[in-house]
Amino acid sequence: MAKIRIDGIEFEAPEHWTILEAAKFLGLEIPTLCYYEGLTPWGGCRLCLVEIESGNNKKLVTSCTYPVEEGLSVKTSTPRVLKARKMMLELMIAQCPTSKTLQDLAAKMGVDKVRFKPKWETCFYCGLCVRMCEEQMMASAIGFVNRGNKLKITTPFDITSEDCRRCGGCIYICPACSLRCEGATPESVICARCENSLQPTCVEVYDNFTCWMGLKGECGTCVPITAGSKSAENPKK
Amino acid sequence: MPKLKSPKELENLREKILQKRKKDKTLISISSGTCGRASGSLRIVEAFKNAVKGYEDKIELKETGCHGFCSAEPNVIIFPEEIFYRNLKPEDAERIISSLVKGEILYELTYQDNGSKYPRLKEIPFYKDQKRILLSDNPLVDPTSIEDYISLGGYSSLSKALSMEPDAIVEEIKKSGLRGRGGAGFPTGRKWEIVRKQKSDVKYVICNADEGDPGAYMDRSLLEGNPHLVIEGMIIGGYAIGATEGWIYVRDEYPLAVQNVTKAIEDARKLGLLGKNILGSSFSFDIKIARGAGAFVCGEETALIASIEGKRGIPRQRPPYPAQKGLFGKPTNINNVETWGNVTRIIEKGADWYSSIGTEGSKGTKIFSLVGKVKNTGLVEVPMGMSINDLVYKVGGGGSNGKRIKAVQIGGPSGGCIPAELFHLPIDYESLTSAGAIMGSGGMIVMDEDTCMVDVARYFMNFLQDESCGKCVSCREGTQRMYEILTEIAEGRGTEEHLSLLEELGQIVKDASMCGLGQTAPNPVLSTLRYYRHEYEAHIKEKRCPALVCKELIHYYILPEKCVGCLLCLKSCPSGAISGELKKVHVIDESKCIKCGICMDVCPEKVRAVIKYSGKMPDKEAKNG
Repeated sequence: MAKIRIDGIEFEAPEHWTILEAAKFLGLEIPTLCYYEGLTPWGGCRLCLVEIESGNNKKLVTSCTYPVEEGLSVKTSTPRVLKARKMMLELMIAQCPTSKTLQDLAAKMGVDKVRFKPKWETCFYCGLCVRMCEEQMMASAIGFVNRGNKLKITTPFDITSEDCRRCGGCIYICPACSLRCEGATPESVICARCENSLQPTCVEVYDNFTCWMGLKGECGTCVPITAGSKSAENPKK
Repeated sequence: MPKLKSPKELENLREKILQKRKKDKTLISISSGTCGRASGSLRIVEAFKNAVKGYEDKIELKETGCHGFCSAEPNVIIFPEEIFYRNLKPEDAERIISSLVKGEILYELTYQDNGSKYPRLKEIPFYKDQKRILLSDNPLVDPTSIEDYISLGGYSSLSKALSMEPDAIVEEIKKSGLRGRGGAGFPTGRKWEIVRKQKSDVKYVICNADEGDPGAYMDRSLLEGNPHLVIEGMIIGGYAIGATEGWIYVRDEYPLAVQNVTKAIEDARKLGLLGKNILGSSFSFDIKIARGAGAFVCGEETALIASIEGKRGIPRQRPPYPAQKGLFGKPTNINNVETWGNVTRIIEKGADWYSSIGTEGSKGTKIFSLVGKVKNTGLVEVPMGMSINDLVYKVGGGGSNGKRIKAVQIGGPSGGCIPAELFHLPIDYESLTSAGAIMGSGGMIVMDEDTCMVDVARYFMNFLQDESCGKCVSCREGTQRMYEILTEIAEGRGTEEHLSLLEELGQIVKDASMCGLGQTAPNPVLSTLRYYRHEYEAHIKEKRCPALVCKELIHYYILPEKCVGCLLCLKSCPSGAISGELKKVHVIDESKCIKCGICMDVCPEKVRAVIKYSGKMPDKEAKNG
């Protein structure tokens, strides 16, 4: 067991855990994208960045790949972390604005502008399909080709692979092609429409008309935000 | 040759080689590394071979690795007098041989600067202020001959090391203060200690010769000029940490280095310096060569390991560090070519000698490849702590065409620009880092007034967007976006928001990337922004490139009062943008002009009617002046 400290919580984590696993266990939320339970952590999307501290040295690492170490001190949402995560998402959305997964994350993480020219690509190279194909489907029919700005994911020599069994695992796991967002336009690359309409709106007032689930606050998600407003009364009464 | 079974036998062999050699023979050492060959040294070698006929008993020829003085290639050094002849042509060979027979010096072939001639190596400013402990043997050793290396005391460090306890060697390296020469400067001794402490049946040592920085070639010259120095260091390292196998990861773009190091390994094996029970000890060690396909990122430890293992060359998360889990999952110690060379020297001469060179935090010497707009280009080995001023002006001889030197770019694509105002800084790991550059593997590019800093940053970003492995979003997309923004600025479409975005993005890419490539990729942008913001602003606000480099922002113009109507430029213009008649003023049609500058080059020196300007057209006095 390794004694670590995440966001001030002292915790003993099994040694083979990553920071992300420990954080999840504690219910701390860290956004992820290229991470998938059952696949080897990749650390490419950089959304799960956290700040670790050792001595005077503070640095950002991806929590999905960083193993817990004795005495490790982790902070999951410092301004430095949030700023970096937002920039990563901004870069990815600029690359592939049609991914609903990305657009949803943007709404959730408060990314409301994209300052780069959208590329309208159909992939942002999270590598989930490659790992799915290799590790779960045991096919290794697709892989990364080239590097840098010429990087792509394809079959060897760009021809139909004999190893591919058409299982569709790659499409199932793809955050860019299975869930498409139609709301992004060249004028406004950020869509965020569905997230806005589906979010519970009962932050202050709830009744039969405003509770989006019609539950009158029984679900407990309503959060009274201003003391003195109607919602300050305990809904559970 | 029989295998050497003890240190004593090595000494006997050395004696035998030395006795065989005539001591009074004159040695002509012909610089014939890759760079020398590119400038025609093989023809020089041929010419010398013909010229020396009849004098073989007095004069010996040697084709050696690089002598380091690139701007003087092809060159020869004549020992024992150490006379240096530069920029030779094949026809000079006979004259040199006959002058040697007569005992004369050919002054016209010696190095000249400001009217004075410097016949001897030790007098030449380029060599005078260097401290060559690694490159010193390059002119004396034929890289394909292990006998040459042994005759100069080679492999005595190894036999000394084998008589020491492995822990004592690690301690010695720690005491010497040697730090990794690959760039980051991690203390070598500490790295060794970590690997030594790992419990494992198999351990590896790797020599990182994947030198990819544009304009840097220190490792190549050392590996192809004196491969045994590196191999000896690796065997010592292997013994110290308990490894049984070594790998040299060398890029295939260095064919001569691959060839020479392959030969060197075979020769060492034949003598039993590699293989089972080296020099009769219980220590066995062998070296294999892995050839890289020229990916810059494979210079990163974990990517290099992946590449040797036959996987895609991409870095992975550390920890676990290669020292714990490296090549094939076993503890691995990776050091740079230059570091391995230093190891041999430290064991040979002792840690105290080594730590007496250099500064408090950075010991020993460092080889730089001094290139760019400087008079004396080449490989320079200087003690740590020398100021950049001394390196550029004393060793380098200052600007190449009398122009003011503006900055040096240290550390390649991962490094940064250091402006002339900071040239007083000593060359050591800490002060270079604090100035926004890094020591890097040793590329040093000198830039003068004609260099546009936006263009420099853009050049490096173009290199990096190509060479990023593409795993991390931050590095892959970050470098592409930085390149995109820099292009906008260079082409006159930049806005002020671009500058703040560039800064924000650069900082985050530095922060959020996993490996050294991404973490240092924004350095060229951030350091030029830090010291040359005014140049960026000129591009953005005035649409002006102060150094007259960025094509989209410069204009060519023919001064009507100077043009004599000679038709030269008109005929040379590849895009037909110039109109005019004989004896009448010519005019450039800017819509057709492709900004190649040929008109300016061909305009006769006396006339000089074509001017290049950026932003507003210069006023009359400036034009005439």
